[in-house]
Amino acid sequence: MKRRDFLKRTGSAMALAAISGGTGLVFHNFETATYQPAVSGATGFEVTPDPTLPRVVLARNEDHINALNRSLDGIGGIKRFIKPGERVTIKPNIGWDRTPQQAANTNPVLVAEMVRLCLDAGAAKVIVTDISCNDPRRTFLRSGIRTAAEKAGAEVLLPSDDDYLNVDLGGKLLTGWPVLKHFVETDRLINMPIVKQHSLSTCTIAMKNLYGILGGHRHRLHQEIDQSIVDLAAFARPTLTVVDATRVLLRGGPQGGSLGDVAEEHTVICATDQVAADARAVEFLGHTGDQVGHIVLAQSSGLGTIDYHSAGYKEIIS
Amino acid sequence: MTIKTVRNLRRISQVVFFLLFFWLILRTNFDVTIGMTESGEIILPYPVSIALEFDPLTALATLLANGTVYKGLLWSLVILIPTIFLGRFFCGWICPLGTLNHWISEIPSERLRRKGRHKIESNRYKRYQRLKYYILFFFLAGSLTGGLQTGLLDPLPLLARSLGTFVLPTLHAAALGLIQFAKAPGFGPFLTVPEAMYDAVAPIFLPFRQMHFHAITTIGILFTLILVFNRVFTRFWCRGICPLGALLGLFSRFAIFGLQKDESTCDHCNLCLLHCQGADNPDVGARWRQSECHLCLNCQAICPNNSLRFKFFPNRTGTKANPPPIDKIDVSKRKTVGSLAAGLVMLPVLRSGDSFEANANPKLIRPPGSVSEEDFLARCIRCGQCMRVCPNNALHPTLLESGLEGIWSPIMIARIGYCEPTCTLCGQVCPTGAILELTTGEKVGNDKTPPNRIGTAFIDKGRCLPWAMDRPCIVCEEWCPTSPKAIYLKEETITNRNGDKVTLQRPYIDPDLCTGCGACEFACPVVGEAAVYVNSVGESRSRQNQILLERKGISKDV
Repeated sequence: MKRRDFLKRTGSAMALAAISGGTGLVFHNFETATYQPAVSGATGFEVTPDPTLPRVVLARNEDHINALNRSLDGIGGIKRFIKPGERVTIKPNIGWDRTPQQAANTNPVLVAEMVRLCLDAGAAKVIVTDISCNDPRRTFLRSGIRTAAEKAGAEVLLPSDDDYLNVDLGGKLLTGWPVLKHFVETDRLINMPIVKQHSLSTCTIAMKNLYGILGGHRHRLHQEIDQSIVDLAAFARPTLTVVDATRVLLRGGPQGGSLGDVAEEHTVICATDQVAADARAVEFLGHTGDQVGHIVLAQSSGLGTIDYHSAGYKEIIS
Repeated sequence: MTIKTVRNLRRISQVVFFLLFFWLILRTNFDVTIGMTESGEIILPYPVSIALEFDPLTALATLLANGTVYKGLLWSLVILIPTIFLGRFFCGWICPLGTLNHWISEIPSERLRRKGRHKIESNRYKRYQRLKYYILFFFLAGSLTGGLQTGLLDPLPLLARSLGTFVLPTLHAAALGLIQFAKAPGFGPFLTVPEAMYDAVAPIFLPFRQMHFHAITTIGILFTLILVFNRVFTRFWCRGICPLGALLGLFSRFAIFGLQKDESTCDHCNLCLLHCQGADNPDVGARWRQSECHLCLNCQAICPNNSLRFKFFPNRTGTKANPPPIDKIDVSKRKTVGSLAAGLVMLPVLRSGDSFEANANPKLIRPPGSVSEEDFLARCIRCGQCMRVCPNNALHPTLLESGLEGIWSPIMIARIGYCEPTCTLCGQVCPTGAILELTTGEKVGNDKTPPNRIGTAFIDKGRCLPWAMDRPCIVCEEWCPTSPKAIYLKEETITNRNGDKVTLQRPYIDPDLCTGCGACEFACPVVGEAAVYVNSVGESRSRQNQILLERKGISKDV
């Protein structure tokens, strides 16, 4: 073998050995990606409290748009909550493949009116979304919310897999969970639940509706349902809670199906106190707030007041 | 019109029909933009299975197997009757799998064996091409006894199944994988490119979410092999295997259209053989085979001396140098009888096993509206349209859940997706009536008619949180869609291991109300095997597969 060939060949072999060894050394125990929550702690979309205004306003009217507007006016009007240029996310209950008459999802008439009000108040963008239980294509369609909200000018978003953020909710039980980004990356959050019976948590109204911001295996949370609801409510802190009690699902909740389980109540409750809103609304189901585990726990965690009269309560019946 | 123009028309026809077929598969999808009728029904806006209804083999085999030509299958005559007069124009001009095979066969190769002399030799008629007729006879005889297996190899359901459950979901996974890859550290500035690609591709090709199908490797392997074999022999599948091509070859026995060769001008350059698709001997000196010709017209278009001409009523008298064409298919009587006999015993062989009845799989849950199992197997062509359209990814191709006989027929796997009570899409797309079309009212039931049931749910008390682990749950009750709920709760106070009294709501199932939709099994938070699961027992389509003597309780309204 010529010296030249010897040098070429051993040189190449050594270079390849160096590259192989170097690669191994560089990547040996190379730091693996660690869990980095995108958001940490409560989001807090609330407005500053105004002691001159009631914190829970109930309006009853067979014209549901009228009921919404009057209860909203009673609590300070839309301009108190939405400032021009803000991004707003509305979170109705769009959980199930049911029609509006079956009262499993928020009344689309109210959602559409809320979209209009936000846009009139100068909101830059109004997003309407929810993480459904049933297939979102069906739930958004058959609930009537997609069509109604889009017509009113909202951006109706069906959640997709890339839309989740890893969030540290900072709760006692709920720490790291995937949350749909539209509920975090926004300026104002309006929670629009419907009043329904629920076998484990007695009712699903305002605070329980926030389950819908979570992705992942959220069914596991039923094992500690009260604490997880309270953790969620403490994290989300919506700007405004608008409870749809136009139709109330008395039995067979949260999915319903039979019109025989639905009571027509023609009522809308606007509230800046989620606990008081739940305490008032659960009365439609024949309970009081202090009978419901998560409502009691929410009060003792300092999230609000069960005695809604002391929180400032107004009723507008027409 | 010159022959070159006609050949270009054939090329355009291939592209158009291929794209049409592909588009129909893409549209076999609950698109986000689909609306509702006034009565609240969700109906697909296009007849997405129409391409499968033009299939004469499906029409004939299902007619033999179940005695009817279902709905749109009469369209198949639009292919069959012109074939009787013209020959296998479908194979050369229309068949989307044939087109795919054509394109893949024609990709230039670096291998000498696919060029020149070797290719001319491989394009001569070969005896392996008879195989497709024996496959056809086997399938048809099997169909006659009620064992419908044509869908396994019939190109239209085969392609629909392969695209729907294998190619498109793979494309989806690859697109998502690309995004995921680009999200790795260091790719930040480049992420917009794959994202923009994804956003461009997604609305056309990708359904609302990634589908995950059972048993797709077997579907994928067959499809890949079919495509790969084109690289060994031009259109090997079309020449040697395809039972639809065989049927059309059989029906072109009395064709009045064909190839006329003129030996006086032919200089035996063999260009016709070099470009032949069907291996039907277009060259002067060999006997042209009507039943093998795809009517691609390459031979006439390439012939430098105009010695070849397709025409009506070609001259059928031959000379020694230019022998006449052969109309009959090239099969031996003995093997024909043999393959027919094999087809006749196929079903007895399969049914002598245990999977059909004696030991039927309790997890074999068929789509809602399915006919009885025997009739189902005499109708299902495994096109996979029901699986593709199911918005919940509930329907899957079986592997051996219904025995070898039912391979790739639909099964619901509730852990992946459950049957949405008011959804009726699978019945809308089924081309053969294996799944009947239901209205929402018929599916959910009302005061007078019971709901369509696909099974019954059972609780596994050894795994259920309130039953076995003393913890609250009720997710199955929450998800149960019937009114009143088939899953109900009983409050029970028990003493746990530490001697503490715990009050729990424990789930029970009312079999009178359960429809077997599987929502409970889907939602059950017990990871691994669910603590509530669905079996096929109680399904509306069977009289035998029942536990209860009588089932009461009817859902009140939709």
